[in-house]
Amino acid sequence: MESFKKVSSIVTPLDKVNVDTDQIVPKQFLKLIQKSGFGKFLFFDWRYDENKNKRPDFVLNNPLYVNSKILVAGDNFGCGSSREHAVWALLDYGFSVIIAPSFADIFFSNCFKNGILPISLDEKTVEKLQQETSPIEVDLETQTITTPSDKILFKIDSHKKKILLEGLDDIAQTLQYEDKITEFEKNSKISSILIND
Amino acid sequence: MNIVEKILARSSGKSKVSPDDVVFAKVDKVMMHDVSGPGVIKVFDKLKKQGISVDKLWDSKKVWVAEDHFVPSAEKISAENIAKLSKFTKQYGIDKHFKYGMGQYGICHTISHEEAMVMPGDVYVGGDSHTNTTGALGAFACGLGHTDIAYVLLNGKIWFKVPETFYFKLNGKLPDHVMAKDFILKIIGDIGTDGGAYRTMQFGGSGIDEMSVQSRLTLCNMTTEAGAKNGIIEPDQKVVDYLTRRGATNVNLIKGDDDAEYEKIFEYEGSEMEPIVAKPFSPENISIVREAPSVELDKCYIGSCTGAKYEDLEAAARILKGRKVKIRTEILPAAISIYQRAMENGLLKIFLDAGVTVGPPTCGACCGAHMGVLAKDEICISTTNRNFPGRMGHVESQTYLSSPLVAAASAVTGKITDPRDLK
Repeated sequence: MESFKKVSSIVTPLDKVNVDTDQIVPKQFLKLIQKSGFGKFLFFDWRYDENKNKRPDFVLNNPLYVNSKILVAGDNFGCGSSREHAVWALLDYGFSVIIAPSFADIFFSNCFKNGILPISLDEKTVEKLQQETSPIEVDLETQTITTPSDKILFKIDSHKKKILLEGLDDIAQTLQYEDKITEFEKNSKISSILIND
Repeated sequence: MNIVEKILARSSGKSKVSPDDVVFAKVDKVMMHDVSGPGVIKVFDKLKKQGISVDKLWDSKKVWVAEDHFVPSAEKISAENIAKLSKFTKQYGIDKHFKYGMGQYGICHTISHEEAMVMPGDVYVGGDSHTNTTGALGAFACGLGHTDIAYVLLNGKIWFKVPETFYFKLNGKLPDHVMAKDFILKIIGDIGTDGGAYRTMQFGGSGIDEMSVQSRLTLCNMTTEAGAKNGIIEPDQKVVDYLTRRGATNVNLIKGDDDAEYEKIFEYEGSEMEPIVAKPFSPENISIVREAPSVELDKCYIGSCTGAKYEDLEAAARILKGRKVKIRTEILPAAISIYQRAMENGLLKIFLDAGVTVGPPTCGACCGAHMGVLAKDEICISTTNRNFPGRMGHVESQTYLSSPLVAAASAVTGKITDPRDLK
């Protein structure tokens, strides 16, 4: 996984709530499992009509947003099916930051496994960001979003921050400590540990 | 501690846990299917390339695999995914692989209880969002993404933040014309599709005590649609009997303490419940059936982990007996064992006599994959769990979610119909 530091781009405003993973990547593409290449299926039914022509009114088809890396959406983003393909599609398309008032649990968790930063902010701030037309900067290190007129701080769990900053993969990260884990389990009557948040 | 806190405390070797604690829990069972499985295999391939050993699973006896989303394979990519799964389970010595065309198989969440794969008190994770279903047996059951499942397969553990619990208390039995599906749609309508976000939704009260295990499974199944981490019901003798009949031995009961704490308690009176539909395009967009819009339906679909358990088919048969369907109707029992019971008890004859097509167990059109997906502008009444745009087919099709009783009654009239209003 690539490490995540700073992202600067204009935002793509997606003014919809409860965007479910089937809208993000429709079921017909679930059979494919290569992690790359899913970008072309992102929001497929919103981007294309039946004849595979681009729908001009959909935001991703507006040339203005072609190079955008930051998606700003409504409440409960990523609900529905647990498919990790949804995150693969967003990443492959070019989004590395998703901002919304709230996220569905499994989707939120899947983001961190693949190097996407999901940021949850209050509704008013999200609405304001959706109207922002100049590029903004998202700095994970300082947990700051900088717009031409504002500095917005965001919260993130320190462990998850580290994972993104160092580009660590959950599994790889844990397996680095395999010897220590085995040793610990041998010596401990309670074979589990509590991680303090 | 409540039941979830107790399960998470036990599985993480703690004497006590509280909401918001982060625990590293030992997993008792893990499930993947023909969509999450190939995803997991992909993660394994990536790890291998990084030089990480994936030669051995933590415990292949605790892993089971279902073929459900894209069986029977309609084209070659699905067929290849199924073949990949078989190769994987053979390589890692996973015996519990329920294969299409080889006796018992079915939708993963249905297999979880039909085959007694999960026990009360278990921590059970699956590569599917409706893994919540099996919480009805008294397990901590929740869905994970592919990467997390891969992690569990290698390590046998996963971290959880102990969720807060919403307790839904049902006072008194539901009336005969009301099913668990109506009750859970009512709840989702009340709290919204993110109303249970990262919470446990626990069900209890005399109405739940009276309820069959299969109805309880419907409740927990749809906690996913309220955004919940998991759904759970304290197991009782009915659960013990249910699992014992399906071959389980030594089923232990686990309950919360008398002084267990809940973030919020919601109370419902059983006698006040009504048949409910969720209108397009959200499970929270509910209406009482008798006040539902008078739309011309094109199709009725009785299937899925939510609405094709034996009890669901029995409810549909009650309505369809001696009647004919007016719209295209498909019934897909959720597992072969259910299909077989439906045959032995004469339900299949009732369905076929009514004009229904009975299909094989599959997730099929519930997720719009195949086996009866909807065309543009078609309107379907369905016993499934989601009605987001395009969920069951064309993005401009519409789905109304309902109980099997309402779906069957609507199949007879061609309009959304309260079972009490059938002539």
